[in-house]
Amino acid sequence: MSEITQWSLHRLREALRKKEVSAVEVARAHVDAVGKAGALNAVTTPTPERAIEMAEQSDKRLAGGEGGALEGIPLGVKDMFCTEGVASTACSNILEGFTPPYESDVTERLWQAGACLLGKLNCDEFAMGSSTETGSSGAVCNPWRGNGDARLTAGGSSGGSAAAVAARLMPVSLGTDTGGSVRQPAAFTGTVGLKPSYGRCSRYGIISYASSLDQAGILARSVTDSAILLGTIAGHDSRDSTSADIEVPDYESELKGGISKMRVGIPKEYSVDGMPGEIDDLWKQAAGWLEEQGAEIIEVSLPHTRHALPAYYIIAPAEASSNLARYDGIQYGKRAKANGVDELYGRTRAEGFGVEVKRRILMGSYVLSAGYYDAYYLKAQRVRALVARDFDNVFEKVDVLLAPTTPSAAFALGEKTDDVLALYLGDIFTVPVNLAGLPAISVPAKLNGEGLPLGMQLIGRRFDEATLLRAAKAVEDSAGFDAVPQAWWSP
Amino acid sequence: MSDAYIKGASGDDWEMVIGLEVHAQIRSEAKLFSKAPTAFGALPNSQVSLVDAAMPGMLPVLNRFCVEQGVRAGLGLHGRINLVSVFERKNYFYPDLPQGYQISQYLHPLVSGGEVVIRPEGGEEMTVRIERLHLEQDAGKSMHETGDVSLVDLNRSGIALMEIVSHPDMRSPAQAQAYVRELRLLLRYLAVCDGNMEEGSLRADVNLSMRRPGEDLGTRCEIKNLNSIRFIGQAIEFEAARQVELLEAGESIKQETRLFDIHTGETRSMRSKEEAHDYRYFPDPDLPPLCLTQEWVDSIESNLPELPQDKRTRLIRQYKLDPYDADVLTANRDNADFFEQVAQGRDAKLVANWVTGDFFAALNKSKQSINESKITPESLGELLDLVAKGDISGRIAKEVFVIMFESGTPPNKIIEEKNWKQISDINALEKYVDDVIAANPDKVEQARSKPQLIGWFIAQVLKASKNQANPKIVSELFQKKLNS
Repeated sequence: MSEITQWSLHRLREALRKKEVSAVEVARAHVDAVGKAGALNAVTTPTPERAIEMAEQSDKRLAGGEGGALEGIPLGVKDMFCTEGVASTACSNILEGFTPPYESDVTERLWQAGACLLGKLNCDEFAMGSSTETGSSGAVCNPWRGNGDARLTAGGSSGGSAAAVAARLMPVSLGTDTGGSVRQPAAFTGTVGLKPSYGRCSRYGIISYASSLDQAGILARSVTDSAILLGTIAGHDSRDSTSADIEVPDYESELKGGISKMRVGIPKEYSVDGMPGEIDDLWKQAAGWLEEQGAEIIEVSLPHTRHALPAYYIIAPAEASSNLARYDGIQYGKRAKANGVDELYGRTRAEGFGVEVKRRILMGSYVLSAGYYDAYYLKAQRVRALVARDFDNVFEKVDVLLAPTTPSAAFALGEKTDDVLALYLGDIFTVPVNLAGLPAISVPAKLNGEGLPLGMQLIGRRFDEATLLRAAKAVEDSAGFDAVPQAWWSP
Repeated sequence: MSDAYIKGASGDDWEMVIGLEVHAQIRSEAKLFSKAPTAFGALPNSQVSLVDAAMPGMLPVLNRFCVEQGVRAGLGLHGRINLVSVFERKNYFYPDLPQGYQISQYLHPLVSGGEVVIRPEGGEEMTVRIERLHLEQDAGKSMHETGDVSLVDLNRSGIALMEIVSHPDMRSPAQAQAYVRELRLLLRYLAVCDGNMEEGSLRADVNLSMRRPGEDLGTRCEIKNLNSIRFIGQAIEFEAARQVELLEAGESIKQETRLFDIHTGETRSMRSKEEAHDYRYFPDPDLPPLCLTQEWVDSIESNLPELPQDKRTRLIRQYKLDPYDADVLTANRDNADFFEQVAQGRDAKLVANWVTGDFFAALNKSKQSINESKITPESLGELLDLVAKGDISGRIAKEVFVIMFESGTPPNKIIEEKNWKQISDINALEKYVDDVIAANPDKVEQARSKPQLIGWFIAQVLKASKNQANPKIVSELFQKKLNS
């Protein structure tokens, strides 16, 4: 394994600027790493030629002293992002072969900043899942195996994005986070997972799952790297009516300054029955780290937390049922052989969608149906407003919240395939953040008794990613997490 | 109103209860949620953006101009502009609906309430109440070819529509037709919709139920997508008769959606209530609620043009026009503007006669609109001034007008070229008069006992002068000479 692939984004950037390495060398090292990591199944569409080509352009710009913020940085993006000329399928058979003639806003910003595309990353079909097992490309395998040798989930739905960063196939990657799909895989793979505030990044060109919750997110190996990347992908886009027209701070420089006098809330409702003691202990330990660095720890209450998960599993499928109606076999993607248009719809969608997507379309259609709308969808929206109000209330008293990212470490692939509810329950700590549109980050904090990473989650005020990142940096500094998975997948 | 009732076979009176949903295409160069152009008659699928085609990851962005037009229409209808309205998704599958849903407004429309004053043919002036006006996108167009091929044209997909829903206040086809006419006129005055029904810019769905006078409302049927005022009348008449026949036979009306067949003049069932879609409306999460400021609405209101009803009243008052002429002139904003320009400082009644008479007849015959004509307010005014000054007679003026209409030549020039200028010079006229008298001594003799013969003398002079002699002066001259 090349040493270059061990480098952080931050370090690569310095080395490229000082011309210690060329962008092509950097790209080659990562292309090689991707090529050897087939066992992880993290990359669904590798784009090695494009990566090298883009790196060559980067080298030219670097030579001319006109490199962008990410000049020569290779990375991958989740298959939910539309990338011009590169298959973009949301890991669904229904979009088999779909190659968009347009670029998502967020990825466009990456390329303009000089980043190079290594490939499209595996995920759950249409980002619906928490284990990256439901997509058309199959399951992603977690680079971490802990003390055993079972194949574990890398989490989901951005499992490919997390596994690729954890396995040093790329320094950073993009995921999407609708209910925890960046933070939970980050926690399972010992990486940093940042979900910005709703509206911070444009959704233009991101294949929609649940529009009011979807947000682009970042997987990285350090808080600093996630701050650098956020500075590039954040910003207003007139093509997305939900994108916020507000200033984007310099997140990297805002990392400095420490957390003295920062008020950190500990939401008591995040302590749930059946949660392993080691997670509870880690939580207390992390609070201690922050206190040592000058923060004030305050216990707070978010009383509607327990209603968030059921509300999420009404609202997200409701929006999905409508967002996925466009995949009908008429214009693009898969079209089944059929007689008549009704049969065409039925067969195309029956053959094109996987079981989890079908489940959510059915649930979503049901909760929006005449006679059920008030009892489900409308009530869920009321719950959503209450959950958001809980956060508003506590953010009058604290600056950030500290909680576990997940109630467990990574589990075995296939373990929860037949127990959907158990899988859904794993989203319990991440979902409320999406309902409230807040920014949150998962920071790797330690390895558990089985040698698997555990993450701590910090939640910030809407659009106050700067404070959130500073707190995350403090946790990172104290945790000193430097474990690296054994490269068992590399031949 | 009893003449609006129709009689069933039983001899019973039946009353129609009619409400209309009018879909009016907003006059906008771009679509409601995309920047794609909207010109009519373009090549299929040549005016389609990625958003209109519902490509993955594409998002709607509301067109501010379209909202402004909706507000203008709402103000013109005297409705209440809701400062907060919400776009919702109406979900159903159809090949010409690429998103799988139509973005519309449902629980919270842009405009609530309003009214339209109508004058049905042969009936009294009445007010039709408006329930709401909301904005929505149009669907594309499916074309079912022979064989098992269907084609889809997405040029219309995403075009901005205003749906204007009336209360069920109408009781006859004539009222429904007058309502659509008046609504179309209002929208045209406001320049928010071109009102071209044959191009589909304005379509109406008719809701019709029948009841015996005084009874509660019956079950209604909806007749979809009527694109001419004549079809609206025909469809209502057929549907009313159909429903009465069923009701008198003791059957009940099934609530359903029906289609009007323009070839047979009949309506037929499209889908019943049981087959009706469950549209699963919910607020579109891609679009935040539409929030307007009162200041913005006020600024739009202060820039509204004069509305047809107000213009009509003013023309009657200001120019002493009779209601019929006022109606004819206001039926088109350009016509009314033309009239007013000519009428400035002239005999308004005379101007109205010219505009609604010779001019409209010529326009009709040549299928031109008033702005396409070579006749301008200035040139017509000039012509009328020449008559008023006595330079030409009314009869010559009509001939001059015909040439002006064809060629656009100014009236002065025509008169000069044709040498049509009226002869008012007393010496010149006296010569004509003396000639006639000298040539007809017997008639002169008869005229002494029959003064009405003077008409014959005048005619001789007009003939000899090729209609150029001023008949008034000629008459005076004969009076003097024949009586001396």
